[in-house]
Amino acid sequence: MLALRGERLDKTYGAGDNRVVALSDVTLGVEAGEVAALLGPSGSGKSTLLTTLGLLQLPDRGSVWLAGREVVVGGRALADLSALRRSQIGFVFQKANLVPFLSALENVMVAFEINGQRGRVARRHALDLLGYLGLADRADHRPDELSGGQQQRVAIARALAMSPPLVLADEPTAALDGARSRDVMLLFRRIAHERGTAVVVVTHDHRVLDAFDTVHEMEDGVLAPPRAQGRPLTTPAHLPPP
Amino acid sequence: MNLAYLDLRHQLRRFVATAFGLGLLFAIVLAMGGIYRGMVEDAVVLVERSGADLWLVQRGTRGPFAERSTVPAVLEDRARAVAGVAWAHPFSSFTLEPEHAGRSLRLTLVGLGWPDDRGASIGVTRGRALERSRGEIVVDASLGLALGETLTLGDDPYRVVGLGAGLVASGGDPLGFVTHADLERIQSYLAADARRALPPGDGDAAPSGPQAILVRVAPGTSVAAVRGRFASFTDVDVYSQSDERSFLLEGVVDKARRQIGLFRGLLALVSGIVVSLVVFNMTVAKTREIALLKLMGARTRLIVSMIVQQALLLSVLAYGVAFAASQVAFGLFPRRVVVGPEELAGVFVLAVGIALVASLAAVRRALQIPPTTILAG
Ligand SMILES: Nc1ncnc2c1ncn2[C@@H]1O[C@H](COP(=O)(O)OP(=O)(O)O)[C@@H](O)[C@H]1O
Ligand SMILES: [Mg+2]
Repeated sequence: MLALRGERLDKTYGAGDNRVVALSDVTLGVEAGEVAALLGPSGSGKSTLLTTLGLLQLPDRGSVWLAGREVVVGGRALADLSALRRSQIGFVFQKANLVPFLSALENVMVAFEINGQRGRVARRHALDLLGYLGLADRADHRPDELSGGQQQRVAIARALAMSPPLVLADEPTAALDGARSRDVMLLFRRIAHERGTAVVVVTHDHRVLDAFDTVHEMEDGVLAPPRAQGRPLTTPAHLPPP
Repeated sequence: MNLAYLDLRHQLRRFVATAFGLGLLFAIVLAMGGIYRGMVEDAVVLVERSGADLWLVQRGTRGPFAERSTVPAVLEDRARAVAGVAWAHPFSSFTLEPEHAGRSLRLTLVGLGWPDDRGASIGVTRGRALERSRGEIVVDASLGLALGETLTLGDDPYRVVGLGAGLVASGGDPLGFVTHADLERIQSYLAADARRALPPGDGDAAPSGPQAILVRVAPGTSVAAVRGRFASFTDVDVYSQSDERSFLLEGVVDKARRQIGLFRGLLALVSGIVVSLVVFNMTVAKTREIALLKLMGARTRLIVSMIVQQALLLSVLAYGVAFAASQVAFGLFPRRVVVGPEELAGVFVLAVGIALVASLAAVRRALQIPPTTILAG
């Protein structure tokens, strides 16, 4: 079953001379356990597509399905989108967007707090996630005591907290150097394959494309048909085991 | 994990300092109420300690607390003859400023109806009530006189035989109790003195009688019934204790109440503005965090409760400061400050109300933050 499907999505910003067509008849589906890349030049509509699929904004036309359920149609919400975002979707962005005065652990626990989950179980779960991402010994550090790559991994832990069936990442490695960028992409691959999560990652970086099952390319708001990738990858040795 | 608390934790010192300042504002609100309550209690001390059920005053007046009243001295005997009257005493009082030990005192003298009334009902806390018909005085301890000390009033010495607490006139001056005969003696001496200092014919004549007659109704007799019997006394008006009480409060205290009420209102407004600004600024400072929470799908309720909790915490902390201040400092005020449980509860409710109203602007602001703010970088 498709974990996520966007169908015939249109989105236009502005009017008159300022009119920009950000999405034009975009249709895209992602399977559970699939890690998909969204590629394209700057301004091609990648972020618009991601925020539309992530239920952060409504399209002008078209529909969005989550786990086989139509939640947006014709630019209208059919469900409580906030509720879907907090339980069904994990977000990762270019910046980690951690709360500066909270520890790594507390930043992850925010996701539980939002879902009304408190106490020891939430804490245990958050610690496990940090461990899964190789940050067990950084749980009590504040963001300014972590490297960029570590901050981004905390953000990924936060996105995974509620075990959402869908993770959306918008240029999550833009602020990282080549090696770390590759580590993060392989992490998304591992998450998709080990947890059955559908993952969509926006990137410019052609060097990391081999980490993805599918690559979608966008240009001027139009999505080209997907390319399936052949060769599977192995997890590098320096990432901690699950 | 409480988001409101976690947000405060990293700016705890500033938050506590703000709560302290706000607490002092609340303390003033509390003090104003306590001062008013103290004024009310002070104002009615004399009426309540007199032990009288009825006040016979000059016809057409409301009695000595509202205006000048003089009744004939024989009224005392006439009143005593009425059925159901346990006792009737003359009442007079006036304020004077005698010299004592090189300083000038100010006290309001009250004449007691010797020999029946020796001051048993005024509540002597040290020493005793009057035992001799001449030359003894019971005073409020705040005057600073010791038992056994001698005070010269008019031309005669008066020995301090008893001290009381909280014995003040409606104006706040300490009270002194002498026999009614002594009071008249002092009064006429001072009146004669004043006349000597003025051109002839300019001074007031010495009063010709007491200011009122106090009547106590016999046990088991209805006050209303006895009051009715005085209807035939065409030269006086009769008032109950509670009538006199309300005359006192209307005259002295009512204006003060309105003034204090206005002042408290303004203080409450200022406190509200302070809380509102603080909470609003704290909300603006976490615009990114609120956007993040919204993006992650946080319920509106969570965000609203975070802001309201902070406002409440600020207000309740400030209330604690005000409460502590009231326990420590109010006793040092020159006039009585009476802060009872209702006053404390009232200011607490005010503090909570201020917090809730003051959160409105911040909540409105927070709800307007678009979740995608976080994506703008
Ligand atoms: N909020 C907005 N208002 C107006 N124009 C926008 C807005 N967001 C994006 N755009 C425009 O839509 C187009 C697609 O933007 P975006 O989806 O951010 O592309 P990408 O992420 O591929 O760089 C761009 O031309 C951009 O300027
Ligand atoms: Mg973009």
